[in-house]
Amino acid sequence: MTRDERPLSAVPALVWSVLIVALAAQIAWRALQAPSTPQAADLPPAPSAQALRLASFGEPNALARVTMLYLQAFDSGATNAQPYRRLDYARLIEWLDAILALDPRSEYPLFAASRIYAENADAPKSRMMLEFIYREFFVDPDHRWQPLAHAALLAKHRLHDLPLARRYAAAIDRYARSPDVPLWARQMQIFILEDMNELEAARIMLGGLLASGQIRDPAEARFLAQRLKDLEARMGQRAR
Amino acid sequence: MPAAILARLALIEARRGGLGWLALLALVLGVALAGFLSQLALTESRMLQAAVVAALLRVAAVFLIAGQVVASVRREIDDKRLELSLSLPFSRSKQYLARLGGFMALGVLLAVLFAVPTLLWAQPLAVLCWAISLACELALVAAAALFFAMTLAQLVPALAATVALYLLARSISAMQAIAAGPLAPDNVLQELARYALSAVALLLPALDRITRTDWLLYGPPDGASFMLGIAGALLYAALLAAAGVFDFQRRTA
Repeated sequence: MTRDERPLSAVPALVWSVLIVALAAQIAWRALQAPSTPQAADLPPAPSAQALRLASFGEPNALARVTMLYLQAFDSGATNAQPYRRLDYARLIEWLDAILALDPRSEYPLFAASRIYAENADAPKSRMMLEFIYREFFVDPDHRWQPLAHAALLAKHRLHDLPLARRYAAAIDRYARSPDVPLWARQMQIFILEDMNELEAARIMLGGLLASGQIRDPAEARFLAQRLKDLEARMGQRAR
Repeated sequence: MPAAILARLALIEARRGGLGWLALLALVLGVALAGFLSQLALTESRMLQAAVVAALLRVAAVFLIAGQVVASVRREIDDKRLELSLSLPFSRSKQYLARLGGFMALGVLLAVLFAVPTLLWAQPLAVLCWAISLACELALVAAAALFFAMTLAQLVPALAATVALYLLARSISAMQAIAAGPLAPDNVLQELARYALSAVALLLPALDRITRTDWLLYGPPDGASFMLGIAGALLYAALLAAAGVFDFQRRTA
């Protein structure tokens, strides 16, 4: 690993200066090209699931998760007051679809769909995302009931569409048959018809998920707890 | 035991060449990058770390083994040390297989080292399956790199051929799926392309079925598919070793 070398003083001054100037130029050049947060319009068309699979070189699980990180960076800048609002949802759903096809057992795409993208204040976009969650639920009801349960709450409290919320709740009741699905999720229809506000419903749902050990990932628990706090703050402001 | 000496020389050369430090650096960088990415994840942060670390370390292990084997063999040929060893009183096949044994042992050491961090996120049995599978995959890569380094005259073509074979083996199933997909046009050319791909696939190992990251994420594989996968990799390593010995027997110097 070692090699014989002449001392640094043996390097001519001209070579030193060219090296230093070239390094300074490189740093200045890159500093001028500071990376910017990708904007909504920058979201490219989704590649096909097969193209993604080819690009993964046999590592679809890793690529699916890294692609989710890439996707969630669009239109989500820290200074952006309404993140994800300007995204092209048709294109976004194609991306989520392709990522799900890459790793059907990953919960990340539907988690993001229900907890981020479906919470968009733009009702038609929110509806598109809810329908995507509903469609994907039928592929694996026993493992995909959580996003649909949240979708039911969004349909009731954000879109004020009770029939839609009941349709989602009925689907969970009818098709999620695993013993891991808690009772409150099966009885989602009653839960939807109860006269409770969004905060109470969210508290019951999150409390139920935590109590049943369904949320094991620390990042997810942190994210959901923060969401609950935000909701509390919003409801508090409204009450005042 | 001259064969054991040749195998040991391969390990000593790797140690003196700083391969251990490179492997440790790859390990630290892989874990650091995965840790950074997991901070951005909203859910599945532990799975993300496991998947990224496993994918990166798998590629790093393959690159390290391929580079080490090709560089070591080319140096031996260029320094005329190979000619010297051919004059030794033991058979050419033993010489070739002894070298390969040394490189395979190096692959086992790398597989064990790279499996250790995955224990942070995955079940021990799944990690054990992954490590055994990676060791077999590295044995295959070492056999391919040794074959190409011996048969091709220069370092770059030998390394390129090894990497190309590896990448093709990992993506051939996806190519076949695309060729057979519903969007593929239904004509004679397409049909020919499909047959050509199937023919190429027959000559390649199914590397997409081994060292799978989903074992670390969703639990160990079933015994039968695991054994079939590593048996396929070892069979292909044996094929490459046989081809290499065949070529080595015909070598004039």
